[in-house]
Amino acid sequence: MTNAMELYQMLPKTNCKKCGKTSCMAFAVALMARELTPEDCPPLKEESKYRENYEKLKEIFKPSEGATETGLIVHEDLCFGCGNCVVACPPNVANDPYGVGSGNAPRNVNKLVLTIEDGIVKAQNLEECRRFGKNKILCNGCIVTCPVEAIEFV
Amino acid sequence: MEKNYYVCTGCGLLCDDIEVESEKNIINKVYTACRVGVAHMKEVRGEAGFRVDNAPVDEATAIREAASILKNAKNPLIFGLGTSTDEAQKLAIELARKTDATLDDTSSFCLGPLVEALLQDKIKTCTLDDVRNKADVIIFWGADPSDSHPRHLSKHSYFPRGSEKQRGWEEERTAIAIDVRKSHTAKICGNYFFQIPPEGDAEFIDALIAALSGKLPKTSYNYPPKKILELANILKGAKFGVIFAGLGLIYSLKDMEPVFRLMKALNEKANFQLVPMVGHYNMRGFNENLYAETGYVNRVKFENGTVKHGPEYSVVESLKAKTVDAALIIGSDPLSSLPRSVSKNLLEIPVISIDPCETLTSKHSKVYINTAISGVESGGSATRMDGIKVSFKPVVETARLSDEATLKKIMEAL
Ligand code: SF4
Ligand code: SF4
Ligand code: SF4
Ligand code: SF4
Repeated sequence: MTNAMELYQMLPKTNCKKCGKTSCMAFAVALMARELTPEDCPPLKEESKYRENYEKLKEIFKPSEGATETGLIVHEDLCFGCGNCVVACPPNVANDPYGVGSGNAPRNVNKLVLTIEDGIVKAQNLEECRRFGKNKILCNGCIVTCPVEAIEFV
Repeated sequence: MEKNYYVCTGCGLLCDDIEVESEKNIINKVYTACRVGVAHMKEVRGEAGFRVDNAPVDEATAIREAASILKNAKNPLIFGLGTSTDEAQKLAIELARKTDATLDDTSSFCLGPLVEALLQDKIKTCTLDDVRNKADVIIFWGADPSDSHPRHLSKHSYFPRGSEKQRGWEEERTAIAIDVRKSHTAKICGNYFFQIPPEGDAEFIDALIAALSGKLPKTSYNYPPKKILELANILKGAKFGVIFAGLGLIYSLKDMEPVFRLMKALNEKANFQLVPMVGHYNMRGFNENLYAETGYVNRVKFENGTVKHGPEYSVVESLKAKTVDAALIIGSDPLSSLPRSVSKNLLEIPVISIDPCETLTSKHSKVYINTAISGVESGGSATRMDGIKVSFKPVVETARLSDEATLKKIMEAL
């Protein structure tokens, strides 16, 4: 997607600090991290000369349909339930090594992030996902193993 | 807690870990199966039916008519059976013997030669459980399991942990795709995708064999020798390698001789097995059952208690030459799947279609018997693509006859 620099280019670049950040660049970084939203920059929101950029930014950060706390979305029309992501997901393996970790049906569903229901992957227990919380890392286990790009993080 | 698992008969993998929630014979939810399997299980079904000349009849009439077609035929063709249980297949073989029929299945134009080679111990093979537990180098050759056998990579061949593969796929397995196009499976294989031109397989095999013994690999289509040498090096290092051979490979070879040579060369340097990518859930079962009974995997003709075998008894050749004068088609739709020039001859002879689904063939049949979906509405046993026997029970009940029951009734009526 976008990086902080590209976001910065769309901001007023006046460093007015009305957003509570020390600079527009800092605001861009906060946008990236989803700590703030475009609405949090008053000039951007209110002044007509920024309208176009404001709309663009809102489009980028519009809460995606079905997005979860980690930003994970499943394109249900693409997913065909192959289970690659389920079996490759590290916390799934750690929490259910002989079930999903070994390619089988879940033996212990309690902490599984990904499971297959009616032929489509379902996400739950997102606190287990490595992209969740303070110590998150950019895990891409479920992305690189999907043959059809049905999982995306926004 | 002991879970109640069902077997999915949606493809040759026969996944045996499917949980189902159903109520009053309606399947509400299916867990762990792929989308193909779910569609297979949840197929919406109309009324059971028997038809003669496209008019509804009762069971007895349909069975009587079917029996009389077979009785009056000199050389009926019995074809299909890839999605029938072992029990039904054995009955069909017995029926073929009784009616002096020509008997064949879809393997005669796909993976038959490979299954035959495995049964005759000409090629080393292994089970999918071996693959999960041990395989370090996995080749998908002319096969795209991500489309044809969706859970292949996740349940067996690439992603799962196995007894000797505890550290995960990234570290311990290399998956390789050799194909004419970048399939979904090839995509997963990333840099280990080797794209060859159509019909280029035999030459690629020769080049690979050369590379395995350190010679410069040459192909008429100038495949970069360096890449082939790299591939050969990976293969040489395999402690437990497996080739999943698909239709793409088979269709591009005149015979299986290049495959034999490759397997020999690979096993001089490393340890390799081959597993055919059987599509229909019990095609391999048909091959094995017929082999046990006659010594052949397909293309047989029964005559006064003896059995003949040859290309002229394949479904294609016998229809082309019009040597068959009636047909019993079980769970197959040759009018859609065979070339028109061949299948049109089916329209000239009386056809009995036994199928859980209405097909083009069933619509053009003299007799149509709408049967239970094997593995969903009726149980039995079957042979997984790797030769493992799997038994299954029905998920829901139905008033429809199973293939097995239908064949039994036809046999009694003869
Ligand atoms: S409020 Fe807007 S313009 Fe002012 S510093 Fe923050 S981002 Fe920049
Ligand atoms: S990002 Fe990693 S931990 Fe999260 S669902 Fe995907 S594979 Fe699992
Ligand atoms: S999201 Fe992709 S990898 Fe996961 S089950 Fe669906 S198709 Fe397979
Ligand atoms: S991979 Fe094949 S057997 Fe397994 S659930 Fe899917 S269709 Fe059924």
